[in-house]
Amino acid sequence: MTMTETPPTLKKLQVSDEVAISIENMNKWYGTFHVLRDIDLTVYRGERIVICGPSGSGKSTLIRCINALEEHQAGKITVDGTVLSSDLKNIDKIRSEVGMCFQHFNLFPHLTILENCTLAPIWVRKTPKKEAEETAMHFLKKVKIPEQADKYPGQLSGGQQQRVAIARSLCMRPRIMLFDEPTSALDPEMIAEVLDTMIELAEEGMTMLCVTHEMGFARKVANRVIFMDQGQIVEQNEPEEFFNNPKSERTQLFLSQILGH
Amino acid sequence: MSTLTDPQQGSFRLSMLLSDTRYRSYTFQFIALVALIVAMAFLGLNLVRNLAAQGLDISYDFLSSASGYDINQRPIEYDSQSTHLRAAVVGILNTLIVAVLACVTATIIGVFAGVMRLSNNWLVRKIMAVYVEAFRNVPVLIWILIIFSIMTVSLPAPSAFRGETPTSTMFLDTVAFTNRGVYIPAPVMGPGAWIVILTFVASILGIFALRKYAMKTLFDTGRIVPTFWPSVALFFLPTLLVHFILGRPIGLEYPELRGFNFQDGIQIRGSLIALWFALAIYTGAFIAENVRAGIQAISKGQTEAAGALGLRPNRIMSLVILPQALRVIIPPLVSQYLNITKNSSLAIAVGYMDVTGTLGGITLNQTGRAIESVLLLMLFYLVISLSISTIMNIYNNSVKLKER
Amino acid sequence: MSDMHSHSVGFVRDSVIPPAPPPALESGIVKWMRTNLFAGWSNTLLTLVALYALYLVLSVLVPWITNGVWNASNIRECREIMQGSGGGCFAVIADRWQQLIFGFQYPEESYWRPSLAFILLFIAVAPLLFSKIFPRNLLILTAVYPFLAFYLIWGGSILIPIMAMVGFGAGYLVYSKLVTNSFAAGFFGGVAAAVVVWYLGGFITGAMPGFLALEPVASRDMGGFMLNMILGVICVSLSLPFGILLALGRQSDLPVVKGICVVFIEFVRGVPLITLLFVANVVLAYFLPPGTSFDLILRVIIMITLFASAYIAEVIRGGLAALPKGQYEAANSLGLDYTQSMRLIILPQALKISIPGIVNVAVGLFKDTTLVSVISMFDIVGLIRGPILASTDWNGVYWELFGFAALLFFIVCYGISQYSQWLERQLATDHR
Repeated sequence: MTMTETPPTLKKLQVSDEVAISIENMNKWYGTFHVLRDIDLTVYRGERIVICGPSGSGKSTLIRCINALEEHQAGKITVDGTVLSSDLKNIDKIRSEVGMCFQHFNLFPHLTILENCTLAPIWVRKTPKKEAEETAMHFLKKVKIPEQADKYPGQLSGGQQQRVAIARSLCMRPRIMLFDEPTSALDPEMIAEVLDTMIELAEEGMTMLCVTHEMGFARKVANRVIFMDQGQIVEQNEPEEFFNNPKSERTQLFLSQILGH
Repeated sequence: MSTLTDPQQGSFRLSMLLSDTRYRSYTFQFIALVALIVAMAFLGLNLVRNLAAQGLDISYDFLSSASGYDINQRPIEYDSQSTHLRAAVVGILNTLIVAVLACVTATIIGVFAGVMRLSNNWLVRKIMAVYVEAFRNVPVLIWILIIFSIMTVSLPAPSAFRGETPTSTMFLDTVAFTNRGVYIPAPVMGPGAWIVILTFVASILGIFALRKYAMKTLFDTGRIVPTFWPSVALFFLPTLLVHFILGRPIGLEYPELRGFNFQDGIQIRGSLIALWFALAIYTGAFIAENVRAGIQAISKGQTEAAGALGLRPNRIMSLVILPQALRVIIPPLVSQYLNITKNSSLAIAVGYMDVTGTLGGITLNQTGRAIESVLLLMLFYLVISLSISTIMNIYNNSVKLKER
Repeated sequence: MSDMHSHSVGFVRDSVIPPAPPPALESGIVKWMRTNLFAGWSNTLLTLVALYALYLVLSVLVPWITNGVWNASNIRECREIMQGSGGGCFAVIADRWQQLIFGFQYPEESYWRPSLAFILLFIAVAPLLFSKIFPRNLLILTAVYPFLAFYLIWGGSILIPIMAMVGFGAGYLVYSKLVTNSFAAGFFGGVAAAVVVWYLGGFITGAMPGFLALEPVASRDMGGFMLNMILGVICVSLSLPFGILLALGRQSDLPVVKGICVVFIEFVRGVPLITLLFVANVVLAYFLPPGTSFDLILRVIIMITLFASAYIAEVIRGGLAALPKGQYEAANSLGLDYTQSMRLIILPQALKISIPGIVNVAVGLFKDTTLVSVISMFDIVGLIRGPILASTDWNGVYWELFGFAALLFFIVCYGISQYSQWLERQLATDHR
């Protein structure tokens, strides 16, 4: 959080021309409330995008539309070439490509950490149990908590739980990761450990969409920052430009509020 | 506390009985104990004097004397020459019969209604809400009496089935609904019937083995072996096959109208049906609420997380929601079972001979042994309640979610 | 930043997109029907099945009500008028409603008394139930109500309830004066004051038995739905203090006190209410001093109160356990003694969170008052099964009578449980 320099490994990362997600003219309503208005967004493979904005601006809703946790009413979402429709097959395909981490971790409290990580590979990917467990241990090592594998989520700290949640998503070998305010339910001293894990992921070239208010993370890791307000994308730019020279008034106001103290 | 008061040791004053934390609690407990003993003594003394005045005593000898009354539903051999003790046992068995039947039915109704209350169909949700509210807010005794009235008043007498042009006919020629109860076919075991039964037991075991095999294959190779239809097939096919190969050793004895009444078959009395269904539907409404609350207690985040991992809705239900919801549902479910058992004592209102009807009813009235009968009656219910709640506590401790 | 390439150019929106209405298919009644009634074929099938079930029920229920006969003197006349139209014979309710409500022995010219008491009940409980709306000092109405209701329903000289009330008043006065010193002093002082007043008052009431007297009605003459209400209200009110004491006893560190309370609670919760009513009916008399005899209704009230207090104790115990430990520690660290911390800090909070549970127990208990019909008391169910169905006029009118009783219970219980749910929502917002 304290670092302002982009790590050298991230600078070298190339963003390819391959489109990972494309959202065209997407609209969503809750009842008659217009939550998302004319969203157009193209995400290329390898991009690290941070989405910020005031609460209620529709940023969580936007990324939840990408893996069909919310349905949109108009427009077109394409993920890895698959067009999102109400067809269950498409939804299954997209969900197995796209991993997601939630604000409140949503680990399964009745399963051990290891079982949390192997559940989906076994039942969705049809991986043999042994192999799934090996994969799970690999990713648990990566998030640096292999020794907790046989514990239950309730026995772990918030930061550890969120890292398990990341490992659980990675076990499905997703090509895209969505983060929905992954650190906002955490105590300050645990935020760093989760952010470190996310940075590592970025260094490996994972395509990431991250709703967060961690501006240090955005500066350091993101290659693009998107500002949303009232259900629309108000401004997007490279982090340097975005933070040093915000164009829109609303962005300026938001940044002064969030960075001002 | 002790380090504070220790130095004062040895200098005991009477006032310390009230002011010193060491003695205070003993004082209060002593007072409570004395009060309890005095109350008990008072009641006991009254009892002795009252009994003496009426020339009575406390004795359980009446249990071994002949009861002299008949019981219409006898799970074990019993006649009016049998002892009061045997009458009580018949009553206990009848209580257990209706309690078990009602528990099973209430669970089915309750789980169905509870799940339906969470349906995405508005009409179904509303209908189930009406069912739950209507039954929860009306005394179960009224429901028992209503269903009993249906059984005894609205159904035709056996005589209506008689004659050239009967006003009533048997349902599918196998079941007769009459105001004396429902007559259903009784199974008749011919030679070789045990082979059929054995086959059935074996196929049940086979279903479990199949499920286990399916899990093992999934874990070892990642291949999902279908289990639902094979299980259904396994449940029916082998038994039916053996049954027909052996020349149908298990026959059915159909109820038949002879004289003024149906003979043969099994008679299920209206009182049993009234009690059974009223308890089941009434308690089902409560269970529905427990089931709904249990499923709703699992946060939406769990479904979303499982969905985001690519699990299908039915797998989310069976792997994520149900295992968690059951922990929430089972404790109140068991206390509903206890309520059913206790409420089954309302049998006395419709003349079903449960333990309250035999021991607490006719035996009590005939022998005048009120204290003994009521005491034994309470003891029976107490034993059931306490043993079930002990089992429940053990279960609860074993499934408790691990927390920091 | 040269590694970023052409497709991530900066973008700024200069105009705000105004909110638009959702597309027609996605809003309004069409959308509602599609998501709530016809989402997929299984959902549609469910809707059709539900509609058919609804039709089956309504096709019997609607003619039963609309073709009902309200004017007939007996069941045969009813049947003649109906001629198989499937209507209900509601004439029995028109004919016997006084019995169903008040029992068949309550003097007819005094029906206004329990009716008034019933109406006053709402005024009495309103300050208790809606403590936010009504000012606190209206609680005095609640305190006066039991004496007034007793006077109205049982009749007799007004001096008896007044003396009882004065006794309680004097006791409370002495208690509140002394309680700041010590709870024990307040409690025993209060009891002593009340006893003195009652003793002295006994002379006054004895001297003027006819002062402002209403026609007295004996307890055994109470019946019908009124009896259910009386039993329900009295037993729930009486069981509250007992329940609180039992709950405190079960939570206490004193093994003997705790043991007594645990055994009592578990015993009562383990046996059906019917067995306790048997005790009231045939056993209790053995345990009372020879020669004393009191009403069956009083014995029943005692047993139902014991029954209810065990259940209420468990609810309050839950409330006590749900309080954060910090509350106990804070009370202790302020130097409050046990009675003070319970009275001033713990119980007010524990009771508040227990209210929904207490209301559930109250509803259950109110329904259970119908069980007294089993020991041949004439509450509404007892009346229907006994005098009314046995009469030659109405022998065979089951549905209308049981339906009427069910409806009365439903109105009361549904009302109470809706209140409890409203309260639960209130509490949930209070704690946020």
